[in-house]
Amino acid sequence: MNSQSDAMPVSRVESHVVAPAEITATRRMYWSIRRELWENRSIYIAPLAVAGVALFAFSLSSFAGIWERPLRLNPAQPQAPYDMVAGLLMVTGMIVSAFYCVDALYGERRDRSILFWKSLPVSDLTTVLSKASIPLVILPLLSFAITLAVQWLMLLVSSVVLLVSGQSVAMLWTNLSFLQMSLLLLYHLLTAHALWSAPIYCWLLLVSGWARRAPFLWAVLPLVAIAGVENLAFHTWHFAALVGGRFIGDAPTVSSTGPDMFPTNPMTHITPGHFLSSPGLWIGLAVAALFLAAAVRLRRYQGPI
Amino acid sequence: MECIEARGLRKAFGTTIALEGINLRVEDGRILGLIGPNGAGKTTALNAILGLTPYQGELTVLGHDPWNERDQLMRNVSFIADVAVLPRWIRVSQALDYVAGVHPRFDRAKAEGFLAKTTISRASRVRELSKGMVTQLHLALVMAIDARLLVLDEPTLGLDILYRKHFYDSLLNDYFDRTRTIVVATHQVEEVQNVLTDVMFINRGRIVFDCSMEELESRYLEVMVHPEQVPPARALKPMHERQVLGRSILLFDLKLDAVDRQQLAGLGDVRTPSIADLFVAMLGDRPGNQAGQALGNYEGAAR
Repeated sequence: MNSQSDAMPVSRVESHVVAPAEITATRRMYWSIRRELWENRSIYIAPLAVAGVALFAFSLSSFAGIWERPLRLNPAQPQAPYDMVAGLLMVTGMIVSAFYCVDALYGERRDRSILFWKSLPVSDLTTVLSKASIPLVILPLLSFAITLAVQWLMLLVSSVVLLVSGQSVAMLWTNLSFLQMSLLLLYHLLTAHALWSAPIYCWLLLVSGWARRAPFLWAVLPLVAIAGVENLAFHTWHFAALVGGRFIGDAPTVSSTGPDMFPTNPMTHITPGHFLSSPGLWIGLAVAALFLAAAVRLRRYQGPI
Repeated sequence: MECIEARGLRKAFGTTIALEGINLRVEDGRILGLIGPNGAGKTTALNAILGLTPYQGELTVLGHDPWNERDQLMRNVSFIADVAVLPRWIRVSQALDYVAGVHPRFDRAKAEGFLAKTTISRASRVRELSKGMVTQLHLALVMAIDARLLVLDEPTLGLDILYRKHFYDSLLNDYFDRTRTIVVATHQVEEVQNVLTDVMFINRGRIVFDCSMEELESRYLEVMVHPEQVPPARALKPMHERQVLGRSILLFDLKLDAVDRQQLAGLGDVRTPSIADLFVAMLGDRPGNQAGQALGNYEGAAR
């Protein structure tokens, strides 16, 4: 190398450093999450479709009285169909989350696009966190928003039906504490379906980043095997109950004194303090964090398969 | 300034050794061709440079340790690792949005400009594009990134000749500005011949030849020997001999073979060998099999 080229790099390095605007970590995260929504349109299409069908069924029942409970409007117990819709969307959210997680870090290796994603200045941490945010943040919030919209429309339909049939709309509106119901739903989605279920979704993400084929089998079989061994050895189902409870969001978010476990328990029954101080929550979150850390580390080593 | 510097770069997959402790120095503003047969270690070397695979030994790319600082490194490095790695579900407009969203050095207007010269529609998904169009799209994205190092691994594999020609033409005319560095790995040697400033042969995990194109032109000479001159020409101990249409073509290393240009001109038609000819001469007629023997003498000399 001659002396001329010794002097050159300094100015060049400066010009390269000064020119571009920096991109914040938040912005990278935002685009990474948008990317996930582009690729996995089922994240919003599935809940919307379920919501559409539920709304259609409710309208039909209310207008024509085709079905008996639970979708039929009953002014004495107006809450039932609203709970039903919320429950349906929760189940949809769980199914979509599970399928999403199993494919999230596997699909990009299978279609070789991981080489494209890795050619951009986005860290493995950002990528894995953006994928984890889908079941843990995006889907609960989306479920909440869609449920809220459907419930508003249902309220509208109910009111019209009552008006037409000459009954009192006021009774429906006083019996149905809409705001309380919504707050309770949001609380339930964020605690039971996001925080409490986090280890399940993070486990699925980890397997998705590790398996070279059949990630679904690799995710499920070890759990089944452990449950089977436990049953053979001790004749108990503790592990199966533990995993199942985590998946369906069977969290201590409400006091168990009430007869029903649905999120529409009166506000007085929710126990956030009890939930936040339960060791089960923190053990679960620690396990989830471990799984995520492993998934981040694994992605660094992984290439196309 | 060194763009890439490697010392004792080594990588093994189980018992298979992919890189046997190579030393590498690539300065800014060069276009280096990494040429080698399949399984020679080209992709492994590039993957190490890009932070896609862990390695032993020392490696610095633009002052970064690629394995531990991939995301920082990728602000200044672009790569096309293979044809068709763009996700099939993505729309052209989404690809532009995404890269603009995460890459500080991406110039969207420039990418749009390149795309305007093609027939690619913004609304198309990658899966709807032909293989050549996908490569054009990827190239448009990459050329709009103001990177200091561009790495290409078999970028034109499986494309027809028009797209291949177009690929390297755009790269030279619209992208390369003599301050950027380009490293291209390929075994389609002919098409990069006129593009490169430096060439490196890699075989069985070793760098077996490394020189600039200027040096190659001044140092190696190929003579199509007149039939009657063959015995005296052979006596000068050429590094390689081959037969084309019944005539002998002898390849000489002027530095090593103690012959000069004038002497050779007397024996027949003299010309600079192509990279492909040199490659065959150095790595044997069946690359990978006899390469070791053919190289024995030249390995030390080339360094």
